[in-house]
Amino acid sequence: MLRFLVRRSLGALVIIFLICAITFFLFFALPSEPALLACGKNCGDPALIEQINRNLGLHEPVPVQFWHYVVGIFAGRDMEVGNCPAPCLGYSFNDSQPVWETILDRYPTTLSLAFGGAAVFLVTGVAIGMIAAARRGTATDKFFSSLSLIGNSLQIYFIGVIAMWLFVDTWGVFDRPEYFPLTENPAKWFGGMLLPWLVLSIIFIANYSRMTRSQMIEQLNEEHVRTARAKGMSGRTVFFRYAWRGAIAPIVTIVGIDLGSLFGGAMITEFTFTLHGLGRLAVNSVTENDLPMLMGVMLFSCTAIVIANIVVDALYAYIDPRVRLS
Amino acid sequence: MATPEGILPSPRDDAAPAAAGEALLSAEGLTKHFPILGGFPFRRKVGAVQAVDGIDLTVRAGESFGLVGESGCGKSTTGRLLTRLLEPTAGRITYRGEDITHANRKQLAPIRSEIQMIFQDPYSSLNPRQTVGTIISGPMEINGLNPPGGRERRVRELLETVGLNPEHYNRFPHEFSGGQRQRIGVARALALEPRLIVADEPVSALDVSIQAQVVNLLQELQRELGIAFLFIAHDLAVVRHFSQRVAVMYLGKVVEVGDRDSIYRRPRHPYTHALLSAVPEAALTDADEEGGGRERIRLAGDVPSPVSPPSGCRFRTRCWKARERCAESEPLLVRVAGNRVGHLTACHFPEDPTTAADAREEAVVLDPALRGVRQPSSPSGV
Amino acid sequence: MTTCAKPEDNAATPAGAPGSAFLSVRDLYVHFSTEDGIVKAVDGLSFDLERGRTLGIVGESGSGKSVTGLSVLGLHDPMHTETRGEILLDGQEMTGAGEKTLEKLRGNKVAMIFQDSLTALSPYYTIGRQICEPYRKHTGASRRAAWARAVELLGRVGIPQPKLRAHDYPHQFSGGMRQRAMIAMALVCDPELLIADEPTTALDVTVQAQILDLLSDLQQEFGSAIILITHDLGVVANTADELLVMYAGRAVERGTVSEVLRAPQHPYTWGLLTSMPRLESDVSEALTPIPGAPPSLLATPTGCPFHPRCGYPAEVGGTRCEDERPLIGPGRGSACHLSAGQKRSLFIEQIKPRLG
Repeated sequence: MLRFLVRRSLGALVIIFLICAITFFLFFALPSEPALLACGKNCGDPALIEQINRNLGLHEPVPVQFWHYVVGIFAGRDMEVGNCPAPCLGYSFNDSQPVWETILDRYPTTLSLAFGGAAVFLVTGVAIGMIAAARRGTATDKFFSSLSLIGNSLQIYFIGVIAMWLFVDTWGVFDRPEYFPLTENPAKWFGGMLLPWLVLSIIFIANYSRMTRSQMIEQLNEEHVRTARAKGMSGRTVFFRYAWRGAIAPIVTIVGIDLGSLFGGAMITEFTFTLHGLGRLAVNSVTENDLPMLMGVMLFSCTAIVIANIVVDALYAYIDPRVRLS
Repeated sequence: MATPEGILPSPRDDAAPAAAGEALLSAEGLTKHFPILGGFPFRRKVGAVQAVDGIDLTVRAGESFGLVGESGCGKSTTGRLLTRLLEPTAGRITYRGEDITHANRKQLAPIRSEIQMIFQDPYSSLNPRQTVGTIISGPMEINGLNPPGGRERRVRELLETVGLNPEHYNRFPHEFSGGQRQRIGVARALALEPRLIVADEPVSALDVSIQAQVVNLLQELQRELGIAFLFIAHDLAVVRHFSQRVAVMYLGKVVEVGDRDSIYRRPRHPYTHALLSAVPEAALTDADEEGGGRERIRLAGDVPSPVSPPSGCRFRTRCWKARERCAESEPLLVRVAGNRVGHLTACHFPEDPTTAADAREEAVVLDPALRGVRQPSSPSGV
Repeated sequence: MTTCAKPEDNAATPAGAPGSAFLSVRDLYVHFSTEDGIVKAVDGLSFDLERGRTLGIVGESGSGKSVTGLSVLGLHDPMHTETRGEILLDGQEMTGAGEKTLEKLRGNKVAMIFQDSLTALSPYYTIGRQICEPYRKHTGASRRAAWARAVELLGRVGIPQPKLRAHDYPHQFSGGMRQRAMIAMALVCDPELLIADEPTTALDVTVQAQILDLLSDLQQEFGSAIILITHDLGVVANTADELLVMYAGRAVERGTVSEVLRAPQHPYTWGLLTSMPRLESDVSEALTPIPGAPPSLLATPTGCPFHPRCGYPAEVGGTRCEDERPLIGPGRGSACHLSAGQKRSLFIEQIKPRLG
């Protein structure tokens, strides 16, 4: 297992490095002049632009810049703006704040949104899927199928706005979405995140209930499930022990991928509820040509996705002995 | 199957027809090792599955050569090596005297049309989205073959040859039953007028009553068109019925090869003997009924892993005759004393040349250790 | 050794009384509703099985042999299945029995072995645990006692080092070993009836021989009745006492193994025998296949379901074979309109010579 993890992590590092490099070089392939953004009113002065470029380290050839960037992550680096300790992701072109600190500041919001949302959609989605599978072909099953179809065609920005208007502005049953640090005030944190969680979950619930249902039905038709019935196991044992065990493996895989991408920020949800998470940060850095910030968020999200995938693989091996022992 | 005169395509009448009995396809020291990857931190080859390990065999023009053995013995791999669907690890394959071991695509093209393959599963070896006509004319198209009267006419002829209705030219595979689908596979193989057909378990997915239809069809093709067959199967009775010469494989090696009669009536290799005695047969005669007659040998345990096969003779771990010498040196596939011409056995301590048939009649137990035949008490035979 | 608690509600019936079969199936119909229509998988089947005897049920795919085995345990999905008729197990009616009653019988009084041991065992639990489960459920034994029982049975079916191997998962066993483990699982509660559905079809001949030997040995020791479902006449020849040949969901011939194999009466049985090459048959003689293909169970032919493939409707005369369904009685017999004399003479004159 340890070997497996080490091998996978090495592979992951290579992948992250490649993504970094591609982003970095793509950025410079774009027709943009970061210095122009930083100079404000004085942009007519070439000397100033030259100065800014020097400050930002943009006067060097791109590969050299990339090299400094990578070294900075591990060893820290001295920049014109000041010393930047490891892990150094540079300073924002936009507000000259250290990128690393900005990300650390935004990350709790994203993490809360991702974990809370995942908890809601996993529990609800899987439960609905299992109920539908247990009653397949009945009215209950068809009801949930239609619901999931509707849920799937909804969009967060649409239901989000309606939910805000109804539940917050009109009836006031939910708190206005806002991020409070969990460590300071858990109750406020929960209240502030509840509506975003529910709205974010709706689409996922639709997906997870459908997937759980089809996986369970597939498993219930497996021969080993029939064997379990043939040896006298009760319907409940067959359903929850034999069929369920086989159905979770593919679900875990998808959860890993979804969680990974949620860690990178749920942009639409963040914009809808005016939350300041990574997704918003990423979008802003793109519109503002803020290379260090963009790189930082990219790097962070990629790492999150890659780690989520490694965890999924490890979990998969735990769930399925055929993977573990061969 | 009654085939009307003139419907069967005529045997190949190229400039140099292969005379019957002449070696058509042969293999020397044919070997296929599938690498096992592993290791840390970077994957590399850490071992090999020795699927086929240095076998010699020759299929002669016009004959049916049977290859039998249990699952994992390498018989299917051998078929794929001989048709060059797999690249051999070592050894030499010659087709009509020409070395094709490492021939490239271009060099193989003319040979590919002469060696065709029939597969086990008639369900998955036909493209469900193509009509029967398209499936069967496919090989002609690829090889740019334009038979007189056009491809469609030729396909209709072929359908008739294999006992299908030519009117079904435009139907799809799912409209046919399992046996009929296998006939479509046969028609496709015949499209290029091959000299050799490699048939990998062609009837084992079919019901008993349908099996016989397909076996009869293949037999007719072999006899009337002079097509040679490499017939790969695990069913010993079917192989005996269909093949004039038979090779028995065990764990990547040919352990015995010879004429049908020699192999089935005078098996010299203990494995062949055990294999034959394990075939359950519907008892029909009085001799069978009274029991005793048929000698039964029960092999203990399982086939060892082809990753690390036993030293010396690979069968020794399950052989009741194994002695030290069997572990020390590998027996060569030779004509042991008492064998008829062409009957080769790879065993240090071959079975008595007394025929199995005699043994049955006289209730002779060939090995005293096996008297009473069932290995005692232990249900496992371990 | 604890024995499994058997349900008590059948105590009233005098078990094993002479003449009363242990398993008695009467006019069994199993129909599945599918999108294409009603599949008549079993269509009026009756048979009896005594304690300690082995019944071989032989037929090709779609003959209804596996469906019959599953319906004894009530394992069909009730949503899509209509089961009619009587299945009396030791005097107890199985067709109308509730799920709870069936659960108590399954794996306990009646156990089942399936064809493909790789898919029929759960890949997620160890062999030992899978054997333990029915034992614990039916006897209430402790975890430890059940594990000991599982190890004991693994040893009994010939798994070397059963203590260690009980901790293995199914994919770590070879095919033959897995089939042994499945047999151990079926025997863990000393069942009185064992239904083996193609138990050796996925195995090589040498391993098949081992498993068949094991089954007969165990039957002698445990005294169970066995239903051996297979497509291979050779398998039943050495293992079964009685034989039932099925075609299109019906019994076409029955009798003891030696009666059916030495003097078969039904043209379908003849066809099965002549289409199979044997190790001693004459190789210059072509096989005699049964023409055509098995019928669709959505639309079984009228009259005798075998008539479209049969060579003898003319001998019967008229359109009787197309119109009238031939019946089969209890005991030795066949569902065919040919007269007893015709069957005998046709077999001796036309069929027997081909069998060498």
